[in-house]
Amino acid sequence: MIKLQGVSKVFSGRAGAPPVRALDGIDLEVAAGEVFGIIGPSGAGKSTLVRVVNLLERPSSGRVMVAGIEITGLSGARLRAARRDIGMIFQHFNLLSSRTVFGNVALPLELVGTPSAEIRRKVGDLLELVGLADKRDRYPAELSGGQKQRVGIARALATDPKVLLCDEATSALDPETTRAILRLLADINRRLGLTILLITHEMAVVTEICRRVAVMESGRVIEQGEVLDVFVRPRTPTARALVNIATGGDPPDLLMRRLVPQPVPGGGIVLRMVFRGALADQPVISQLSRRFGTDMNLLHGRLDAIDGASYGVLVAEVTGPPAGIQATVAFLHSNRLDVEVLGYVPPSLRAAG
Amino acid sequence: MSPQVCALLVDATAETLLMVGISGSVATLLGLPLGVALAITGRGELLPCLAFNRIAGLLVNATRSTPFIILVVAIIPFTRLVAGTSIGTRAAIVPLIVAATPFIARVVEAAIREVDRGLIEAANAMGARPLQIIVKVLLPEALPGIILGLTLATVSLIGYSAMVGAVGGGGLGDLGIRYGYQRFLPDVMAAVVVVLILLVQVIQSGGEWLAAWVNKRNIRS
Repeated sequence: MIKLQGVSKVFSGRAGAPPVRALDGIDLEVAAGEVFGIIGPSGAGKSTLVRVVNLLERPSSGRVMVAGIEITGLSGARLRAARRDIGMIFQHFNLLSSRTVFGNVALPLELVGTPSAEIRRKVGDLLELVGLADKRDRYPAELSGGQKQRVGIARALATDPKVLLCDEATSALDPETTRAILRLLADINRRLGLTILLITHEMAVVTEICRRVAVMESGRVIEQGEVLDVFVRPRTPTARALVNIATGGDPPDLLMRRLVPQPVPGGGIVLRMVFRGALADQPVISQLSRRFGTDMNLLHGRLDAIDGASYGVLVAEVTGPPAGIQATVAFLHSNRLDVEVLGYVPPSLRAAG
Repeated sequence: MSPQVCALLVDATAETLLMVGISGSVATLLGLPLGVALAITGRGELLPCLAFNRIAGLLVNATRSTPFIILVVAIIPFTRLVAGTSIGTRAAIVPLIVAATPFIARVVEAAIREVDRGLIEAANAMGARPLQIIVKVLLPEALPGIILGLTLATVSLIGYSAMVGAVGGGGLGDLGIRYGYQRFLPDVMAAVVVVLILLVQVIQSGGEWLAAWVNKRNIRS
């Protein structure tokens, strides 16, 4: 549905400043009916990327296809017609303060000269869909953030688009409202078969509704795949940092600071293990203790579900005879758990913890 | 005050209202599109056209930096061309329009520049034509600011209109100079000042009320 080929965007710098390469050879493909997330730290080029899709930013090079049409080849009236197939919602909602809820949702229909009876019917349906039928004659200033974004969504859907672009659509909202808006988006995705491309800096948003995700940094896509894969096994430091924020961070600093990079005789090893799917339900830890005579001290952990599949992250310290520790690590690897050695703890310090 | 002076006062007030009303209306009709044009042709705006923006901006600045009384005299040939005469209330309206138009253009420009860029972006994303963006987004959103700007312009026009006595324009200012000052009638001068204060007060309050009424940005349920 959306296809980007080698898309780059260079902004010429102001008076003497070097040009800024906001997008650097982006290749991306979003399938029809998919909810695709783009995540990255601020300044990664996410906003530019999402604006390239409806040509609010014209790429310096590369091609953008939406619904089989090469958007980058359009201008004038044909570009405006193509944009009606691409809805967009914004971080700060961008509603007209001078128009009521009804007037805001009606605007895209007015632009194409829809008869007013048709506008009334359509806007009524849309407000019903987003749950704002009772706010029809209110002004945006009278609404909460979540309600404003619902108006934004209804407005974006008014022209029956095939694609919905979400530019940090929940970043100005509190966590509870964020979830409600994401549920609404997921619901719309299911009911209307709408393709959704959303950008965010919050991993929690991606895990909530996306199936696939691309991680961006410095204008490039550095990692891409199923959300569960990226979430459980982030390959780049940027992805890992984003995941850590979502999971409540790395193990406590106090622990991390005590770790040493080399094994210490008589000391223990600190592992980070990721359990996923069926593995999350097996009694792996008690098996370890019985088979290898090691002790496992849980330091940090989390259980959650992404896209219906449960996963768990555990940080644990393993102590016991060196052979047992080695066997434990080998066993964990052979069970296809994702195991990472975070470091080692000397015995003397262990008591302090 | 004698009945004759009262009659003079009424006539002068009517002349002032006539001059300010007509010149204000015509200047708004001219200044509004000019202000929109100035706002949208700047660098990175809706329809960038730097050449137009520079030239129009220069003309606006030149007119605005000319002292009004000099402007009145300087454009007498033009006034005669437009109004058919260079003396009297009708003739006075021409320089008032010439002075008020760039003023209004600048306040309209400022009000439109205040409109959140995100709204223009949203309208573009909907596939709006530039004219639709102006009519359906920029003007309605800038309306409170435009009304306040027009109020300011009207009050300035009342001040300018006091000077057109120089070309026989009449009005309150003229009455104050000729009767209050030159004939040394302090009560006439005081009456003129009181009427002017009331006039400005009514226009200012009315404008502020109207601007608040169309402003839906700060209402709370």
